[in-house]
Amino acid sequence: MSKIIKNFKNISYGPAPEDSKDVMSWINSLNNPNFLFINGKWLKSKSSKKIKVINPATNKKLTTLAVSNKSDVNQAVSAAKKAFASWSKTSSDSRAKYLYALARLIQKHSRFLSVLETIDNGKPIRETRDIDIPLVARHFYYHAGWAKKIDTYKQKPIGVIGQIIPWNFPLLMLAWKIAPAIAAGNTVVLKPAEFTSLTALYFAELCQKARIPKGVINIITGDGSTGELITSHVDTKKIAFTGSTDVGKKIIQSTATQEKKLTMELGGKSPFIVFEDADLDSAVEGVVDAIWFNQGQVCCAGSRLLVQESVEKLFIKKLKSRMEKLRVGNPLDKSIDIGAIVAPVQLKKIQSIVKKGEREGSKLWQPSWACPTDGLFYPPSIFTNVSPSSFIAQVEIFGPVLSILSFRTPSEAVSIANNTPYGLAASIWSENINLALDIAPKIKAGVIWINSTNLFDAACGFGGYKESGFGREGGSEGIRAYHDKTLPESPKSSIKINQNKVALPSIDTTPKLYVGGKQKRPDSGYSFNQMSAQKEFICDIARANRKDVRDAVEAASKSKIGTLNNFNRSQILFYLAENLSQRKETFVNLLMSIAGVNKIDALKEFEQSCQRIFYYASMADKFEGNIHNPPIRGLTLAVKEPIGIIASLMCEYKPLLSLTTTISSLFANGNASLIVPSENASLIATSLYQVFETSDIPAGSINILTTKNNELNTILAQHENIDGIWSFSNNSNIRSDIIKDTVFNLKRYWCPKNNRIDWSNESEDFLNEFLNESSQVKNIWIPYGE
Amino acid sequence: MNLDTDLVSNIRINLSAIERRTSTLTKRRSVKKEYQAAWLLKAISLIDLTTLSGDDTAGKVERLCEKAKRPISHDLLDRLGLNQGEIQVGAVCVYHHLIKEAKKNLPKNIPIAAVSTGFPAGLSSFKTRKLEITESIKNGADEIDIVINRGFVLQNNWKKLYEEVADFKKAAKNKHIKAILGVGDLETLRNVAKASMVCMMAGADFIKTSTGKETINANLNNSLVMLRMIREFYQMTGKKIGFKPAGGISTAKTVIEFLILVMEELGNDWINPKYLRIGASSLLIDIERQLYHFALGRYANKEKLAIG
Repeated sequence: MSKIIKNFKNISYGPAPEDSKDVMSWINSLNNPNFLFINGKWLKSKSSKKIKVINPATNKKLTTLAVSNKSDVNQAVSAAKKAFASWSKTSSDSRAKYLYALARLIQKHSRFLSVLETIDNGKPIRETRDIDIPLVARHFYYHAGWAKKIDTYKQKPIGVIGQIIPWNFPLLMLAWKIAPAIAAGNTVVLKPAEFTSLTALYFAELCQKARIPKGVINIITGDGSTGELITSHVDTKKIAFTGSTDVGKKIIQSTATQEKKLTMELGGKSPFIVFEDADLDSAVEGVVDAIWFNQGQVCCAGSRLLVQESVEKLFIKKLKSRMEKLRVGNPLDKSIDIGAIVAPVQLKKIQSIVKKGEREGSKLWQPSWACPTDGLFYPPSIFTNVSPSSFIAQVEIFGPVLSILSFRTPSEAVSIANNTPYGLAASIWSENINLALDIAPKIKAGVIWINSTNLFDAACGFGGYKESGFGREGGSEGIRAYHDKTLPESPKSSIKINQNKVALPSIDTTPKLYVGGKQKRPDSGYSFNQMSAQKEFICDIARANRKDVRDAVEAASKSKIGTLNNFNRSQILFYLAENLSQRKETFVNLLMSIAGVNKIDALKEFEQSCQRIFYYASMADKFEGNIHNPPIRGLTLAVKEPIGIIASLMCEYKPLLSLTTTISSLFANGNASLIVPSENASLIATSLYQVFETSDIPAGSINILTTKNNELNTILAQHENIDGIWSFSNNSNIRSDIIKDTVFNLKRYWCPKNNRIDWSNESEDFLNEFLNESSQVKNIWIPYGE
Repeated sequence: MNLDTDLVSNIRINLSAIERRTSTLTKRRSVKKEYQAAWLLKAISLIDLTTLSGDDTAGKVERLCEKAKRPISHDLLDRLGLNQGEIQVGAVCVYHHLIKEAKKNLPKNIPIAAVSTGFPAGLSSFKTRKLEITESIKNGADEIDIVINRGFVLQNNWKKLYEEVADFKKAAKNKHIKAILGVGDLETLRNVAKASMVCMMAGADFIKTSTGKETINANLNNSLVMLRMIREFYQMTGKKIGFKPAGGISTAKTVIEFLILVMEELGNDWINPKYLRIGASSLLIDIERQLYHFALGRYANKEKLAIG
């Protein structure tokens, strides 16, 4: 009889493999290479290029993938384009039913999908079965609901969406991309990652079962070259990308000319902050879920452990003994914590980063047991002797490697946490709710987990700050990204130049730059001419240069606007409107002479400008966040936070109204701004600073840099301490140059494609777009219970 | 160990994180086939086979003792390749007045645990409770399950709790005492953790979840908290304290979850009758049913499994 039973007094874990027969026979039945799912049919790729697909747990070949070429991509995009015509008009009720059908099918085949995902990706069956696949179903259910709800919002879809997803959560990322896109009435061409395309192919079979109308969902396999073809295709109106920051930046640059809408979900180096008053044993488990979930191949992995000095030693000791209990091995085994690394190239990358970390003097520690050697395995690893300047504290490893740093005070924790170009997520552990909720808004990241980590739900937005990307997935903020937000265009007939002679303003004016609350002479010592609409010289205008930009950014970053609460900001804007309204004559005359409008129009623009400031004054304390209700005991606060410092390159049209709209919306949300007026409207902008000075505007929160048109564009777009840039230029080349230049720090950019924005539009959609663009959503997860 | 109230008041427990650990842990580990059979046999050896009903009689205890000696049928033992006497339960647990009865029916190597100290409320006079311990030992009890005063915990009166448990330990002399926390009455896991720590400081050899009479008895959450306190105490003092979940563990599946919890949080060292007991009355039958299925490949008719 069994030795195991005989020896029952000394129990141990045995093998507990999940059965993979059905899945293997499905893989073996695939065409070799696979066909592409285009227009509801399986088509053979026109390309002869192929990629080998392996099972990372065995490093053995599973099948081969077709690398779609231009002709395949064209076919897929044109199928999607054709389908868009009818899908966008399909009733929301009917769209909801299709999404619901997909959700159901995923549940019906949940175990098959879990096993397939595990074989293809290498992640443990525990994760695919309990996390990935249930979240996939949840995402389709949630968005089936949105499809139904959207109708009441009267929002328009965008068109064909190109979607490129990574290999770390293959089917989950597919769901995050496809569900909101089709719910909103768009059609998609999706390319799964080349390492992990199999669940996407099975999903295509489910689409057929669900009778998704042909062309609505197209799935084509391929590598980076296929991705490029999708992003550059003239008919993909939006690109939704999840992947590395490097590739994300390339996509921004390559699509800039076409000015595509983008959402970018990129890399991270997320802090996991443990305060001395945390439940330390639970925090240790948190670390396990943060960095050893999915082999650490998670964009929001808590890869930097920040632990308070007073408990550092104890915590590391606890962590090490916990690590001894982790089990690495065959991911199909139900008793495995850490599976296989997705591909040999990724394993090599991890190994080389770890070596570099050791060479730099950081101390590596790994558990005493050895990993199996028959697949792509890497043991859980921690580094001590790490400082913020260490290589391994900065670089995204995307593997099961944790860097440990310590801090002394809450403010030090915040500054170390933020000391990274990334800003995807953060975990905060403390039993003191005051402390935890104080730290959450101070961390620059899109997702904050309090006393928890790596929680995801379709109802909550996910996405980054800074170089972790932009746009949100999930929640109301996620669905927004799949709607057409084009600004209203001004009717052509409304533009006419007044030929009447107007009294020019006095020659004695000496407009300067307005920086840090002070009038400042330009560094260059140069000026340029302010001309009237009738081409008469009015006065000289200060010509700002690179150094003035530097000073203005400095002043903006020191501005106290961040410490004002929304009521303060609201009051200041009301006061600003009041003070402006007392200068009617000055501005009406300026508008008549500079913009060349007649008195009636000038009066109208002036009145509207005052009203506009009033509007944003009232919205300063009403443009609020949400409370999401994910299925946990707890809640998620979707807080709206300012972007930071935003530079705005203004247009000539409606000079006063466009300026007041921009300035007051940015201020209402708590951003510091650098305003670059259109060359021809400079005097109008500089005349505003006298109003600012009487309105309690905190120094540095609004800065005005006058210059010749487009002279500062590059400097502003490339400046890495500017967090966002807006351009209202009607020249698409200028806009796309700006977009290309944003990649150095991945600034938020907003360059509406309008020829002439209808600034006088008073619809809430139009006005609130400025508030949406000047804010970002942070989701703070707060589980509770005693 | 002396009472360290600072240490006790600094104990922090986060319920949501505890729940996440327990809900994922049981899915992170799985034991199948002969491993599962081995784990179930092991579980049998950890059972404090219990009868604690108001209507317990000598006859009931006699039946229980027979089952304790032969927890699974000869036939099944043969099929598992085990010999007679190779497997028996951890202890038999009875009320004070039936200790003698149990003693009569049990071999020396099966200890008798008695619930003394005014079980289950534990609120009779201190003097009588102490006396009950002495009497129980005199009657032949090898281990004493004592009930703590939950009121002390709710009032955070750690000094009184400490003194009472320490006095009980003194009264029990060299016998093991298991401190029953009554987790259901303590309501919060923070209270459970603190009470665990104080009882260990006061000299309890085991900490036990509950009497089995409360609405909430042993579950993975309160057990996890208690195990972590045992680990904490071990790291401070080098002394291993035992753990006894009781009440509500009635299926083979549940008991394996508890074993996994102990295995992961404390390790194999703790999985033996010296440091781990499972207070249960109906669990044994379900384990036997699972073993039957393992050995014969089909589920047993319930009348084929002997009752205790």
